[in-house]
Parts: sequence; C-alpha cells; structure tokens
Amino acid sequence: MRDVYILGVGTTKFGELWDLSLRELASEAGLKAIMDAGIYAEDVDALYGANTSGGQFVDQEQIAALIADYSGISDLNIPSIRVEAGSASGGAALMQAYLAVKSGQLNTVVVGGVEKMTDVPSEVATEIIGGSLDAEWETFFGATECSIAAMIARRHEFEGKAKRENYAVFPVISHKHASMNDTSHFKNIIKIEDVINASPVAEPLTVFDNAPISDGASALVISADLKKINNASHPIKIKSSSAANDFLSVHDRKSVDSFRAVKKSSDSALSLAGLDIGKIDALEIHDSYSIAALIQLEEILGKDAIKMTEGNDFYFNSSRPLNVSGGLKAHGNPLGTSGLYQAVEATVQLRGKAGQRQVKDPRNFLIHNMGGLGTTSVSTVIGVD
Amino acid sequence: MSEVPRFWRESRHRYRLVGTRCTNCDTLYFPPRVICPTCRRESVGKMKEEEMSGVGEIYSFTVVHDGLEQFKMQIPYVMALVKMKDGPLVTAQIVDCSPEEVKIGTKVTATLRKVRSEGKEGIIQYGYKFTICP
Repeated sequence: MRDVYILGVGTTKFGELWDLSLRELASEAGLKAIMDAGIYAEDVDALYGANTSGGQFVDQEQIAALIADYSGISDLNIPSIRVEAGSASGGAALMQAYLAVKSGQLNTVVVGGVEKMTDVPSEVATEIIGGSLDAEWETFFGATECSIAAMIARRHEFEGKAKRENYAVFPVISHKHASMNDTSHFKNIIKIEDVINASPVAEPLTVFDNAPISDGASALVISADLKKINNASHPIKIKSSSAANDFLSVHDRKSVDSFRAVKKSSDSALSLAGLDIGKIDALEIHDSYSIAALIQLEEILGKDAIKMTEGNDFYFNSSRPLNVSGGLKAHGNPLGTSGLYQAVEATVQLRGKAGQRQVKDPRNFLIHNMGGLGTTSVSTVIGVD
Repeated sequence: MSEVPRFWRESRHRYRLVGTRCTNCDTLYFPPRVICPTCRRESVGKMKEEEMSGVGEIYSFTVVHDGLEQFKMQIPYVMALVKMKDGPLVTAQIVDCSPEEVKIGTKVTATLRKVRSEGKEGIIQYGYKFTICP
C-alpha cells in the first residue's frame, strides 16, 4: 500500500473568539493548510470535516458542506462529509481521510476540524459536552462529564494506584508548554498547588483539572500523490492510524478506572507503524481532564507512568515530552478540533519549527485523541522517514 | 421540549429499577439492554426484565459544584456510582444527606423522586435517587 503524507497544516488561535463565527474559523484553518501544502482547490479530492456538536452549539448541521461552501470550493463539487465521534471527531476524521487516501481511491484530501463553543452560556456548553455520555442513564440523572471523570479519579485513589499529585501535575505541564505557543487559549504558568486548591467543579477535580471551553479550527492536507509530495516544502508521513471503542458509559465497564480502548488503539497504531513505544519521541494525549491524562499514560506507557509524574519527565526538554502543544488543557479544547490540532503540532514539531517549545530532533509522535472518557480512542503515529 | 413517549417508555426502568437479565449467562444488566454484550446472538429472545432490590453501596462519588442547568438549585449535589446488591453499577444522585456523610462503601437505598422538568409547562420527569440507609 502507498504512503500517505501530511503536506500542509493550518490552525486558528484557540480561545474565546467572540468576533469569529464557525464558518470563518473553519475557512481560516483550511486556507492556511492549503497554502502551506502549496496546492489549489482543484487539487482536492475530498473534504472531511470534524465537528462534535455544531447542531447544539450553533444550530448547524451539514457542517462539512458549510465549510466547503464558505471556503469557496462549492463550485468544484468536492465531496464534503462530517465525521462525528464525540471529542474524538478530529482523530476519527483524520483516520477516515488517511484510509481513503491509503486505499487509492482518493489522492489528496483536506481534513479540517472546527468547534464554536462560546456562542452559548457556559452552563449550556457543560450540558452539550455531557452529550458524549449516555443521555438516558447518566446525563438525565444529573451527571456531567467532569462528574464522571471525578468518580474515576476518586476510585483510582481509593484503589491505591495514584495520589492527587500524580494527576494534578498534568495541567501544570500543559500550561508551561502553552505559554510558549502563540495560538494557545491560556499562556499563564501554574503550580501544582494552584490545581489542587482552585475552585471545585466536581470533587476532587477543580477548574484547573478541566480543559477549557474554546473556539478554534485546525486543518491538514494529506496526500499520496508523489508529485505533490515532492513539491511540498516539508512533507511528514502518517505512519499509522488506529481506533478502538469501549462501552459508552463508565458504569457498564468491568473496570471504571482504566481505559481499555486506549491500550488497544495505541498498541495497534504502534504495531501498524512497525514501532515500539521506545521509538516514540513525544506524545500528545487527550488531557480533557487531568485524571484522564494519567489513565491514558498508564495504558500507553504502562504502570511506570505514575512514577514518572513524580519527576521532571514530560516537559518538552525531557526524555518523554508530553503535550508540548500545551495540550487540550491549556492550548484549548474546541471539541471536534482537538484531535486535528494534535496532528498539526506533531507536524510542526517534526519539521523542527516549534520555536521555544521544540522537542530535540523528534522522529516519531504518537497522538491520542479520545471521545468521552475512554469510549472512543484514536491513536495516530506521525513521523519522518 | 420532548414528546411524552420519550420518558413514558422508560418509566418502569426509572421508577422501579427494572433491568434485564440474560438468561443465557445469568447476568443482570441495568440500564436494560436488548442484547447481552457477552452472549450476543445467543441472548436474542432470552433477555428477561427483572426488578432490582434497590439496595447497594457507594462505589465512587463526587460532589458537583458546577452542574447542569436543570440541577442548579441543588448545587452542591452528590453524584455516585452505586454498586447494586444485584450486580450492576448505577449512576445516580445521593440525596437527603450532607456531602460529608457519603463515603466509598456507604450503604444506600433507592427512592423515587422528581429528577427534572422541561420548563413550567413541560413534563415532570421522575426517577430513582438514593438515600443513605439508616
């Protein structure tokens, strides 16, 4: 099978972007990606649009058609399809686009993610985010996604697997990295005590354990067209992409404090890429909640992950760089966009263009995007040949 | 605003904690399922409704300070995963107590309460919540 490369990437700033609409965000990211790839709309065979809850946030469905239209490419009749898998929509769209190109039917595809979350009040956004839970048997009874994460954390501590500090460290790492990234939602540096002592959202989790409500869009151009790959200034290879799922609700799983799907998808992605975890130079994981970051790492790296949180591992200049973008926690979490921004960051890093937060000579990134709390898991390996 | 059947069809499950037992592997499921995730096609036609005892203990819990619009008046409220004596884990609110009384292992029992409503003229929806056993 043929090789698939990322030819171009583009992203908007993430944050509370009051003056930009969903369509403006999407077309900004898409245009940047196309220009970065050095291609034109005529070269695009399809558009895959990732979006989690546009129908509820801005009353808009058929979002891929809207993005194509307002990106000025409707006259070309380019097929434009939305992919939805909760907050794993971005990763899932990238995987679908990758498989489509890998199959040989399509040559060059734009995959873009967008979420406009701040057009509704924050309590309404909390309700919409809860849409990734079981509406009839979790949300109906008062559960928020953060409350489920909190119950996972409480049980994890009760089982004696980890202490509060073992997961409170992740927002600290993400904020440090985000402070060096121009497109971040947050740029402030925080300490572990700030996380633990901030106002509670669902105990023991505080506002700093939660990724923010953000607007933002990111896009990539991927291709297997040799001429376009040779023309691109700095193509980066997608080495594999693999997904796995678990029961929708935590209450239906055999273990509430592990993410079985994460182990499955990350093992599968590494195996398809022909790499073991030792060959991965940096990780981008789905730190929607601090406890979710810890459990993902336990699945991906094994039980050593907990001990690693006690040292200075995970910073961009350490042996195991993690969320060097600033993560969902501090770079921002526009739901359907987040998985694609992880791929944008990996590409920029692998090109050696990440500035202050540049990881030293990386060859392979593993990115992990998740829907809900371990429900949908998409792992992608991006690297240089 | 939702139509009545959306809530009416779940009444017995939400009012009396009626789940389904796979008579092929003898496992009780709650919420109710039409297919057993272990036996799959072997379970077709063998899922029987069964009412749970309503008794269980706290498996994990949280005190919610930033909750859903519908539950705003109750903040801070306790959400829990309740391990039922009958087997399943149930996501539910713990009421009639202060958050400090709730611990992992605390024995609780189900009670029927108003859960939410859709505005002044919408349907009032009832369901289970749990209280601490005396």
